[in-house]
Amino acid sequence: MAAHRCCFPVWLFILCSFSLFIIAGSQETTVAPEQHASVLDNPQTAAETAEQTAGESGGVEERRWEGTEVRDAAAQKQAEPAVLQPTPQPKDDFQEELVVRPLHSGDIYASFQFRTLWETDFMRGNKVSHYRLFPKSLGQVISKFSVRELHISFTQGYWRTMQWGQPYLPSPPGAELWVWFQDSVTDVDATWKELTNVLSGIFCASLNFIDSTNTVQPSASFKPLGIGNVTDHRFLRYATLPREIVCTENLTPWKKLLPCGSKAGLAVLLKSEKLFHSSFHSQAVHIRPVCQDWQCKTTSWELRQTLNVVFDLHNSGQGKREWSLFKMFSRTLTEACPLASSSKIYIDITDNPEGEQFELSPATSLLSQAMVLGDRRTFSVYDLTQQDTFGSVRSLNLLIRWKSTEGDMLRPLLHAERYVAGYGLQTGEIHTLMYNHHPYRSFPVLLLDSVPWYLRLYIHTLTVTSKGKDNKPSYIHYQPSKDRVRPHLLEMLVQLPPNSVTEVTVQFERALLKWTEYTPDPNHGFYVGSSVISSLVPSTVAMDTNSTRERPLFSSFFPCKEESSYFVRVYTEPLLVNLPTPDFSMPYNVICLTCTVVAVGYGSLYNLLTRSFQIEEPSPGLAKRIANVIRKMRGFPGTMG
Amino acid sequence: MGLLSDPNRRRALINLLTRLNAPICVVCYMAGVAWFMGLAFEPFTLRTYMSENAMGSTMVEERFPSGERAVATGREFAAHKKKVSGMPVEWLVKTMQARGLEVYTQRFSRTLPFPDENKERYMVKGTNVYGILRAPRAPRTEALVLSAPCTPGDNNNQAVGLLLGLAQYFRNQIYWAKDIIFLVNDHDLIGMQAWLEGYHHTNTTGMDWSPLQGRGGSIQAALSLELSSDVVTSMDLVLEGLNGQLPNLDLANLFYAFCQKIGVLCTIQGKLQRNDWDSVSGYSHAVQTMMLMVMKQASGRPWGDHGLFLRYHIEAATIKGINSFRQYKTDATTIGRLLEGMYRKLNNLLERLHQSYFFYLMPSLSHFVSIGYYMPAFGLLAVILLLRALDLWVQLATPPPTTEDGIADIEQVRHAHSSSPGVLSVLTPLVISHLTGAALYMLPIRFQEMAVEHFPVSETEAVVLTAIAVYTAGLALPHNTHRLLSGEGTEQGWRVLKLVALLYLAVLLGCTALINFSLGFILALTLVPAAAFVTPHVPKVLSAFVLVILSPACTLLFSVFFFQELQEMPVSFLDGWLLYLSVISQGILDHFLYGSLVYPLIALLVYPCWLLFWNILFWK
Repeated sequence: MAAHRCCFPVWLFILCSFSLFIIAGSQETTVAPEQHASVLDNPQTAAETAEQTAGESGGVEERRWEGTEVRDAAAQKQAEPAVLQPTPQPKDDFQEELVVRPLHSGDIYASFQFRTLWETDFMRGNKVSHYRLFPKSLGQVISKFSVRELHISFTQGYWRTMQWGQPYLPSPPGAELWVWFQDSVTDVDATWKELTNVLSGIFCASLNFIDSTNTVQPSASFKPLGIGNVTDHRFLRYATLPREIVCTENLTPWKKLLPCGSKAGLAVLLKSEKLFHSSFHSQAVHIRPVCQDWQCKTTSWELRQTLNVVFDLHNSGQGKREWSLFKMFSRTLTEACPLASSSKIYIDITDNPEGEQFELSPATSLLSQAMVLGDRRTFSVYDLTQQDTFGSVRSLNLLIRWKSTEGDMLRPLLHAERYVAGYGLQTGEIHTLMYNHHPYRSFPVLLLDSVPWYLRLYIHTLTVTSKGKDNKPSYIHYQPSKDRVRPHLLEMLVQLPPNSVTEVTVQFERALLKWTEYTPDPNHGFYVGSSVISSLVPSTVAMDTNSTRERPLFSSFFPCKEESSYFVRVYTEPLLVNLPTPDFSMPYNVICLTCTVVAVGYGSLYNLLTRSFQIEEPSPGLAKRIANVIRKMRGFPGTMG
Repeated sequence: MGLLSDPNRRRALINLLTRLNAPICVVCYMAGVAWFMGLAFEPFTLRTYMSENAMGSTMVEERFPSGERAVATGREFAAHKKKVSGMPVEWLVKTMQARGLEVYTQRFSRTLPFPDENKERYMVKGTNVYGILRAPRAPRTEALVLSAPCTPGDNNNQAVGLLLGLAQYFRNQIYWAKDIIFLVNDHDLIGMQAWLEGYHHTNTTGMDWSPLQGRGGSIQAALSLELSSDVVTSMDLVLEGLNGQLPNLDLANLFYAFCQKIGVLCTIQGKLQRNDWDSVSGYSHAVQTMMLMVMKQASGRPWGDHGLFLRYHIEAATIKGINSFRQYKTDATTIGRLLEGMYRKLNNLLERLHQSYFFYLMPSLSHFVSIGYYMPAFGLLAVILLLRALDLWVQLATPPPTTEDGIADIEQVRHAHSSSPGVLSVLTPLVISHLTGAALYMLPIRFQEMAVEHFPVSETEAVVLTAIAVYTAGLALPHNTHRLLSGEGTEQGWRVLKLVALLYLAVLLGCTALINFSLGFILALTLVPAAAFVTPHVPKVLSAFVLVILSPACTLLFSVFFFQELQEMPVSFLDGWLLYLSVISQGILDHFLYGSLVYPLIALLVYPCWLLFWNILFWK
């Protein structure tokens, strides 16, 4: 069979373009979609890969991955209801889940998470060539660039903390990339440069615009999220592109990284025409090493792909407060991804324990509790691997119908905003406001500001005030900018007093750029990336010592440690700053004017000033004239007056 | 400039200029005025055109349907306003929230330097309410503003209603790329000033305001809406802002384009466009329109709530609905569609409006005069000052030519210089007149309380009358104190002083005209002849009278009458005088409330400069 395929790459092409799977004889093949992609690039290697896959997975019990549209006749014969069982193979594992949180504003927040775990080792010259669930393109990136941790997010829109609460995974508007390299990397900057260019290709984004002028090395704000205790920030690189626009061309490559692509499982909901008809859209990829088990004897690589989207009540076109999967994504669910070991939908019903806020259908008896962002939340769970979830119609269309518009959201404890103050094109002031809404507890936050060099910060004007008093930061890390080389980096550890606003201000001067440094649309303004505020926020559960919730008495005296605080990262809005901009349609006029002024004005003035005037004698005598001529001939300049 | 380096030809040229100085000056003056009047003649002006590509080619559809409902909302607003007799803050907050906006309020208070009798306010306290429509998937970097002032009385309720109606309609659209801020500002300009200062966290005028909670990034453009009555026949565009700043011409083009498209009667300065430019009446109509713009711009005050935005580099205009009792009626739906169209196109902007002109005059809504066309008019007036200065310079440099010997000549010149009064004779009048100017700037506010105690006048009258008193006292000052310091005033003395004054005036007017052409031109019209003819040797009484007539204060008085005339609302002399007094008080208030620069400019620079000429007239 394999030889047969090698002989007919053309046939393979057709196969691939129809998204087919061939099951012939007793040999089972499982081809992940990213391999489809590589097949398109190079049928030869893909065939080999498929061959290896086939060789290795031989003997594993029968599994099938149904194509959604077209089905080969050969496959049709063997068509059976999908048998979905967790793979006994311990090497890799894929989970998918969707969390839906109805927001108090009537909007709805949907968060997809896809996690691929793979127990392998990309490092130490170990050549990993066989990929099953883990996307090969990313695996190669990890091994080639010795990446220890990689976090990349693309966001369109700004997360409205005050209306929506905290997101599960925060991200700043535009693109954000932060990478921890292995300590074996010698030239981190060169590797970083190359890595951004490669990622730019993988995600079809302008990450290649990341260079030294927008890259910083935060000393404290971005700690590794995976295992490993190297915290030398020389191996960390952080960059944002606030101007990056996220659209379908970024979504498609992101979806291709999923084992099931967008053909089955939760990913069928990811249709761009609906995802980009929303108030907020954010997609991210996180790669990190994690422990395989609790003893942490072996490590595995975790790839977490997340997609967060908020749908707007008002823009949905209908006045009714009602949400369904179909209305949100214009699709319903019919199956889980066959490669997934777990596939679940969670609906946050914490604010709706008795169903007085909204009605959920179909109802489920499965409930789950989790500590999310310092709050104990209750979720209705729909397990897509269970056939009866889909009911008799064989499709799941979750429906949330609001009953009342009452009820208010618990105010988020930490939120921040930022703006540029002042007017004119010479100076300005950046104000960052950080709100602590906790009624009685203060907590420290880490503020990270990365400001491009063309805003020249006057760091001596830096002030931090809360409640009208000076608030001295306990830690300041400031790296001044170098023109055209690197940005300002300012990191501060600030204690936020309870129930207060802390204001950080710093003045800046707007630099005059060289005329080739202006963007094609200079009058639009220049972007300054979001500030990052990272903090351990006291948990709302710990705040609850007055027992506003029913709890056994013995559990409520001391706030328990693991619930006492939780990690939050808040991003402020990016800034759009106008720099002094020349009128680019005027160079010709300017050149003309300057030349005229120089030629006529300066020239003649200079002439007048330097010329020596002498009174001409009415008529010198003949003898004198002759004497002058002789003198001239002999080389004495001038005349005898 | 070989011409100048050749002593013979230079001498010839200078001779020509000095001999024909007076006729050339007269010709220049006439030419300047004629040029200016020619600007309104349609064949000499350019048609407006949209320069900004982002707003030009894209077509938008206007679908705003609910004008009737907006009018009803306006009535509801009026009822609530009456109930709380002021800004119905709670109702506005609730209504805006119901429309899906993020709503914030801002409180402010301001004590005026003296009571404003026109608007009857002294201690102003108010609340601005604004709602932000967050654009989907936009990172809060750019915003547009639509504002409607909440004015006392029955004015402008429709505007607030329409604003709320538009907010509701806009909220349901998906295409917004910029946040839209709907602002209802209390106490018109003061509220707007407080809001803008709060938004940009500046404090230029010493106002108290509570900090803003919500922002939308950098504001790209703003429109202010005023509907004075239920029945609107035409829409009027107001452009003149603080200190004579104007928004980018593309904003006016945008308004005009949509009025044409939707079929709304549109006016500028309340004047419809006419097509008969070749008739006398058509031309005078254009002149009237342009002169109105010149007068308004010269006043340096904001003629609508938009005027304060311009300081922050935000292009803004006020759109006024006027009832001019024509047959043609425009309903709220049409106005809503007009605004919708404008906002959709502003929403398409990729950059700030910058493509078109910032310096222009408009003789009609479809024609404009750019800076390149109107500056020569001012240049012709300013050149008179330079010619007179040259004349004086030559007179100073060439004492009676008695000798032909060069060395002797130079010595003589040196002698003449040493005999001429030193720095003191020039410096003393300069210092004295500037001190008078400073007094004119400071005293009216400082001494209002004392004046109120001792004279039976109100505070406002006290301020204005003190100003006039200081102004008049300046004329009576002993201007010849320099004699005490440096002996008898000489022929050379007044010439040097006049030379300095002429150059000073030329620089002053030149700078003013660059920033605010209208102000510079009007000042030049009166001050240049005064500066040109004044010498100690002209008949004193007559010249003194002429000089007073041509002084800045009288210019203002004439402007008041002229403005009323242009608006076709002529006033009697007494009314005009009262109006004149109130204009002075408004000018002073504008300076203290919004930072208008006309009052300090006149008091600290123009008036002292004029005093120098007064000084020359009475030179002894």
